[in-house]
Amino acid sequence: MSDLSTLIFGRLSLDSIPFHDPILIATFVVAALGGIALFGALTYYKVWGYLWNEWFTSIDHKRIGVMYMILGLIMLLRGFADAIMMRIHQAMAFGEATGYLPPDHYDQIFTAHGVIMIFFVAMPFVVGLMNYIVPLQIGARDVAFPFLNNLSFWMTSAGAALIMVSLFIGEFAKSGWLAYPPLTGILQSPGVGVDYYIWSLQIAGVGTLLSGINFVVTIVKMRAPGMNMMKMPIFTWTALCTNILIVAAFPVLTAVMTLLSLDRYLDMNFFTNDLGGNAMMYVNLIWIWGHPEVYILILPIFGVFSEIVSTYSGKRLFGYSSMVYATLVITILSYLVWLHHFFTMGSGATVNSFFGITTMIISIPTGAKIFNWLFTMYRGRIQFEVPMLWTIGFMITFVIGGMTGVLLAVPPADFVLHNSLFLIAHFHNVIIGGVVFGTFAAITFWYPKVTGYKLEPFWGKVSFWCWFIGFYLAFMPLYMLGFMGVTRRMSHFDDPSLQIWFQIALGGAVLIGMGIIAFLVQLYVSYKRRDSLRDETGDPWGGRTLEWSTSSPPPKYNFAFTPRVYDLDAWWHMKSNGFKHATDGFMPIHMPKNTAAGMVISGLSAAFGFAMVWHMWLIGGLTFAALMIAIIAHTFNYKRDYYIPAEEVEQVESKRTEVLA
Amino acid sequence: MSISKALRTIFVSTIGMALLSACDTVVMSPSGDIAAQQAQLIVWATILMLIVVIPVIVLTLLFAWRYRASNKDATYSPDWDHSTNLELVIWAAPLAIIIALGALTWVSTHQLDPYRPLDRIDEGRPVPEGVEPLIVEVVAMDWKWLFFYPEYGIAAVNQLAAPVDRPIKFKITATTMMNSFYIPALAGQIYAMGGMETQLHAVINEAGSYDGFSANYSGAGFNGMRFKFLGMPEIEFDEWVNKVKTDGDILSRSVYTELAEPSEYNPVQYYREVAPELYDTILNRCVEPGTLCMKDMMKHHGSHKSDAAAPNSANSTAKTHDEGHHAH
Repeated sequence: MSDLSTLIFGRLSLDSIPFHDPILIATFVVAALGGIALFGALTYYKVWGYLWNEWFTSIDHKRIGVMYMILGLIMLLRGFADAIMMRIHQAMAFGEATGYLPPDHYDQIFTAHGVIMIFFVAMPFVVGLMNYIVPLQIGARDVAFPFLNNLSFWMTSAGAALIMVSLFIGEFAKSGWLAYPPLTGILQSPGVGVDYYIWSLQIAGVGTLLSGINFVVTIVKMRAPGMNMMKMPIFTWTALCTNILIVAAFPVLTAVMTLLSLDRYLDMNFFTNDLGGNAMMYVNLIWIWGHPEVYILILPIFGVFSEIVSTYSGKRLFGYSSMVYATLVITILSYLVWLHHFFTMGSGATVNSFFGITTMIISIPTGAKIFNWLFTMYRGRIQFEVPMLWTIGFMITFVIGGMTGVLLAVPPADFVLHNSLFLIAHFHNVIIGGVVFGTFAAITFWYPKVTGYKLEPFWGKVSFWCWFIGFYLAFMPLYMLGFMGVTRRMSHFDDPSLQIWFQIALGGAVLIGMGIIAFLVQLYVSYKRRDSLRDETGDPWGGRTLEWSTSSPPPKYNFAFTPRVYDLDAWWHMKSNGFKHATDGFMPIHMPKNTAAGMVISGLSAAFGFAMVWHMWLIGGLTFAALMIAIIAHTFNYKRDYYIPAEEVEQVESKRTEVLA
Repeated sequence: MSISKALRTIFVSTIGMALLSACDTVVMSPSGDIAAQQAQLIVWATILMLIVVIPVIVLTLLFAWRYRASNKDATYSPDWDHSTNLELVIWAAPLAIIIALGALTWVSTHQLDPYRPLDRIDEGRPVPEGVEPLIVEVVAMDWKWLFFYPEYGIAAVNQLAAPVDRPIKFKITATTMMNSFYIPALAGQIYAMGGMETQLHAVINEAGSYDGFSANYSGAGFNGMRFKFLGMPEIEFDEWVNKVKTDGDILSRSVYTELAEPSEYNPVQYYREVAPELYDTILNRCVEPGTLCMKDMMKHHGSHKSDAAAPNSANSTAKTHDEGHHAH
């Protein structure tokens, strides 16, 4: 009997549910009630069919882009909940007070916070933006492999789902977001936490890698005629570089996770202390992925700011080619700096100096970019719409983060600041000040393109100021604590003089929370007032690139006729040469067809991952077989495309002609 | 106007206060010469970078204000997007700073290499001839610190003492988890890793009791991996050694094995006598009688074994490195 239940359930039992932790149980109850309410509402309003046909199975890059953004937003709420819990705990846990989180739970929270924010917030935001914008900017009708795109999204979601499951069934890793062995080896962490970590990253990693391949091919092969590489919009350029980085870096992550699972599942010794294993190999490999990952996140955001700054300054981007070369230089250099994450691991002075100096060199092209934005504003006519506020907030914040980063690149300085709260402040400085500010700027900037109405600016401004001030309040104290020699990942402190700094930081985190709420209010208020905020032109800001030439939201096929490109700012050029909307001569348009295969394959992958986490070998075997069958079966699906008849195209386009007239 | 003036005063005084209190911290005003040089380096690097950073911030605010859409007096050149001279400056300014900072980095990284024996006690005082460094062997355990003093044949848990103004040479390893050995008042940190040895050379210039801890998260007991580092005048240090020698227990291999069991928030413990070559066997992972030491694996076995162990040598002492070399 017990053999049978082990075969089926592995190490999963009722004891795996964290009944002992009231915080988790309360969270579960709230989440479950919310889930039931949402399910009920969707059923009541009969929207399941719509969601299934128009969204879940959709292979339209625009729909997938929006779904990525929603995933990022949901996971942002989870990641922020973790953040505020840590901040409250650290502000309390001094002297006699132990704080409200048991150490065991606290350690899971800081791990989950990092993993979720990087893999399931920042990545979906960045990939979502590229999904929506890149095909429109290059005048394409979709990405090169539309089905893969849908699969990528669902694989990312499956990874996210697995992490969410770990909250209520079992535990998450207590290891820090990069899960260094030997702590994460089977001897030191026999529980399921690290396995959840491994499998959710493996599954999501497949999604990201496929997405990278997809976009490299899309950008290289599907640009509109006339758009040579040096006429490509800057956001597309940064997207290209980011996807090249993804293709080159993510296989390393997959490999290193595989090696770690071999250590854990098959008693191998890649990263153990004994039998010739060496944990430093893991640290090297994970950062060979990890450092380019930072640039994977920030490069497209640089592109976003470039688009925004030139649009709202009413000017061409200053130094386009210098921007392009700067991006390429960063792409290459991002591979030559990984060792700066562990100067303190005992490398010789020459090795450390080499990696310190290569790191500093990256600040040259980055500095050039900042100056280029600056001189785009110079002699412009700057409209202070919300995206522009985010941009200026970014420029100020990011140079400070860049400066502390270069400081950390000086090895002897790193020896005293490594792993301290100074480091934490530094990377939040660049990730919040860069990626998060950029994402909000991008959402506000392209929102009218996606929905047909602008976001209401008042709540956008509230959100910006909460984030901006909240960031400084939350992280400047951490810089200070770093100078006081306070290390990261502590769950309790003895020195009472530190407490005030943690309390200020908590105030900042609360303000950031209000910024998130203000953003959600903004979405709601804008939806309510969508009729007064509506933009019929498709070009609300006086845009410069091709995405502004179509209607908002764009038709399924994006462009009735593939545009011909003569200038870097293609749409600006078309406008200034008296571009007229086409009224006849429409042709049938060849389009890819929706499919449920992406959901099926990802669902099976998540089930397989869950089975592997819990050592359910039977179910693991079955789901793996089902997964293979599903993949093979999908290759026999020949009904992958259809034509939109010319009449339908004409109908859609004549409606647009009416609106524009 | 008065509001903006008040805001400015608040802004300037906040920054000023922040800088002042930053100067007063253990990292920025430490008590050991190595840490002091590291703090100085932070100041210089920051000043160098501020040469670019401050103008960028000021220009951002200035341009944003001057070229606001409502200011029709400002020049508007919508098609101006290139200036070779300006671009030269844009690339050259950060380049110049990085050349300076890169030179500073190269020199200081070699100067402050933790593996490099000290040549001075502090500014203006070279190490006197004939003074040998105090050797301390450090073991990061789950979750406490064990310090060996081979010169005196003693050891202590969670307490480290050293005489003022005498160079110290730390040899550092770990039992299982990866930790980081860090005493901010003394010198920068270095990782402690199983089966490998890292080194740190430092000197303490002022007597006092300083915080030491692990700066790399190592699991459940990480929070309690703290100890006091006592910098003492020579005479007091000798007294401390005598105290350990009279009050301490014996650290035999079996006592060590018990100590190696995971434990948290361990009290200070002294050992007057230490089993021979204990540190060496910890480093080579052969404390348990009958286990083959890592250094011997490399000696006696075929090339396969030595390849497997090779990554260790990249980071360990010259000694292990040489042995790894012999095997080939």
